[in-house]
Amino acid sequence: MPLSTTAITDAPASTQAMTALPGGPPAISIDAVSKTFRLPHQQYSTLKERVLHPMRSTDYDELHAVKDISLQIAQGEFFGIVGRNGSGKSTLLKCIAGIYGVDQGRISIAGRLSPFIELGVGFNMDLTARDNVLINAIMLGISRRQARARFDEVIAFAELEEFVDLKLKNYSSGMLVRLAFATAIQVDAEILLIDEVLAVGDAAFQQKCFEQFFRLKREGKTIVFVSHDMYSVERFCNRAMLMERGDMVQIGDPRTIGRAYHKLNFGQLPHEAPTVAQAESGTSIADAWFASTTGERVTSASQEDALSMCFEVRFGEDVENPVFAATLRTELGHTIVVARSDQHAASSGSFKAGESVLASFAIPNWLTPSRYLLTPSVAREGTGERTLALVEDMTSVVVHGTTSGGILELPVHVKIERA
Amino acid sequence: MSTSSGVRLPVPRLAPSSHRVHGPSALGSDLHRFWSLTFTLARTEFKLRFYGSVLGYVWTLVRPLLLFGVLWVFFTKVGHVNSQKDPGEKFYGAQLLGSIVLFTFFAEATTGAVRSVVDRENLVRKIHFPRLVIPLSVVLLALFNLGLNLIVVAVFALSAGVHPMLSWLELPLIIAALIVFATGMAMLLSAMFVHFRDIQPIWEVLSQILFYASPVIISIQTVILRLSPTMLHVYMLNPLAVIFQQFRHAMITNATPSAGAVLGSWSSLVGALAIVVAIFAIGFAVFNRAAARIAENL
Repeated sequence: MPLSTTAITDAPASTQAMTALPGGPPAISIDAVSKTFRLPHQQYSTLKERVLHPMRSTDYDELHAVKDISLQIAQGEFFGIVGRNGSGKSTLLKCIAGIYGVDQGRISIAGRLSPFIELGVGFNMDLTARDNVLINAIMLGISRRQARARFDEVIAFAELEEFVDLKLKNYSSGMLVRLAFATAIQVDAEILLIDEVLAVGDAAFQQKCFEQFFRLKREGKTIVFVSHDMYSVERFCNRAMLMERGDMVQIGDPRTIGRAYHKLNFGQLPHEAPTVAQAESGTSIADAWFASTTGERVTSASQEDALSMCFEVRFGEDVENPVFAATLRTELGHTIVVARSDQHAASSGSFKAGESVLASFAIPNWLTPSRYLLTPSVAREGTGERTLALVEDMTSVVVHGTTSGGILELPVHVKIERA
Repeated sequence: MSTSSGVRLPVPRLAPSSHRVHGPSALGSDLHRFWSLTFTLARTEFKLRFYGSVLGYVWTLVRPLLLFGVLWVFFTKVGHVNSQKDPGEKFYGAQLLGSIVLFTFFAEATTGAVRSVVDRENLVRKIHFPRLVIPLSVVLLALFNLGLNLIVVAVFALSAGVHPMLSWLELPLIIAALIVFATGMAMLLSAMFVHFRDIQPIWEVLSQILFYASPVIISIQTVILRLSPTMLHVYMLNPLAVIFQQFRHAMITNATPSAGAVLGSWSSLVGALAIVVAIFAIGFAVFNRAAARIAENL
């Protein structure tokens, strides 16, 4: 199933459009659902108090965990819900699972729902893996006989054949999550709800987990998962939703949501450090911009056109042969290009204090549609170079065009012929 | 399907198999899954006790046996009980053991149920399943133990000289009444404990009172002799008193009167029966009402 890709825009303008389904009838339909918790000021009352003061009303605060959320999730869709702690994402998941009843609105589902929302729930540390797998299967709604039949498969997947009769309390945490994942994945529900943990264990097992997710995806299962891990959200999800204080902030393409989440979380993008101005040298970066082939300043650019990364440096001291550099990053902080003057020009020259210098680095625009950020810097020459000035993410450009799904759209020469 | 005109999208029709998600309930919709879950939880607990320690099951038997041993020595060697003089105290040891075993079941089922829902918090908050499974599995676990303990009672009684009687056929009915009463209390207590954390000490005291207010240590003849007819009626309002006395009559010896004979007629037992039914009904109603919100109130 191809990832839905939309042109990236600055505002969450795509929200309305993305509420619509990417095809297929909805597997989950959430209609104006609200959930409010009552939080009593006193955690627990006692019967004694109730008998002695029958008329005293207990004070409580209301927590609106989920506020009037409507959305549809299509059959076969991989849907991510992201948000900070306490944003209501897990509550919404529990409402879908039927663990919490909703106060308003209704939730309908088509197909069998896995009753689990977390890995390893109900594991008993004093029992062996064999017992736990069987018990868990029964909780999933599988009959005892079916559970026995699948047992070997589960253990083989978890790679725990030698430890089947070991009590779980003697398991390492890695073994435990492997067993939990293997148990949860065997369920033949059409709709899976997963809270948090996606990829677990060591690198090799993680790869296996990912393969399982792709298998589930291929089999057309509907999966809703709640995560803090933007990497898995972007890797697996067709769509994602960002929640904050019980509201749906934005819904759409996982990358857009991932960025919005980072913004919300850190108030800035993940790699954005506060501006570093090298005050001691007195050198500063006065301005930075992207420019088109004609030298015009641009904030958006089309693919194919060449793009220049430009900035203006004002030197605060005499400098011999400084190194100018322009670093281009994605919004998630992946570095795409580091263009340095010392690699592409023999010498930059010598500059006096108070002098202003324009640096420009032209690159072919093979970038995939997204927003990119420019970090200009200037440093003293030589090994152990010292930064004179650097401003993180000083300016940005939005690239329009088509995408094949990679991070670069390199020119490709296709040749297909009979061998 | 996409639209940009409306604020709220038209709701697409779900697949024909779609159904509404309901919040948690006491019984759920799938009775088969309900029983299979109850059985699995009880079986797991049982297994843990059975294989959990070196002596395993012995420990679950030690407590009632120890209590029995102390009481038996005290009342036959030190106290006033004399089986030769009083026909009602014939097979006193077997009668005492029988009542202790029945009371142990009741105590295990109810005091075990009090904390059960709260202690299984991780399941309640993370899996969608009928909530009643939890207290019922506690009752079922106690029932497994009762089954094993009753074998001990039978062996003890037979070796003491009790002959198998036709009235043993009454036993399933007597046990069933005890189960209904214990289940009613289990539902009531476990649901109330979610809100009122002082239920646990309160119930511990109350169940001790019930122990002494039932024919466990004393024989019913002593009770009949000491109490006024009105107080005797009050005494026999206690469902445990009725159940234990009928058990002694049917299982151990006909020399001790049946529960009906204590008050003169079976119809006077209607009060105790009404209490059992009422506790069960109230227990279910309270639990059923709490079930929907147990997960969020923990």
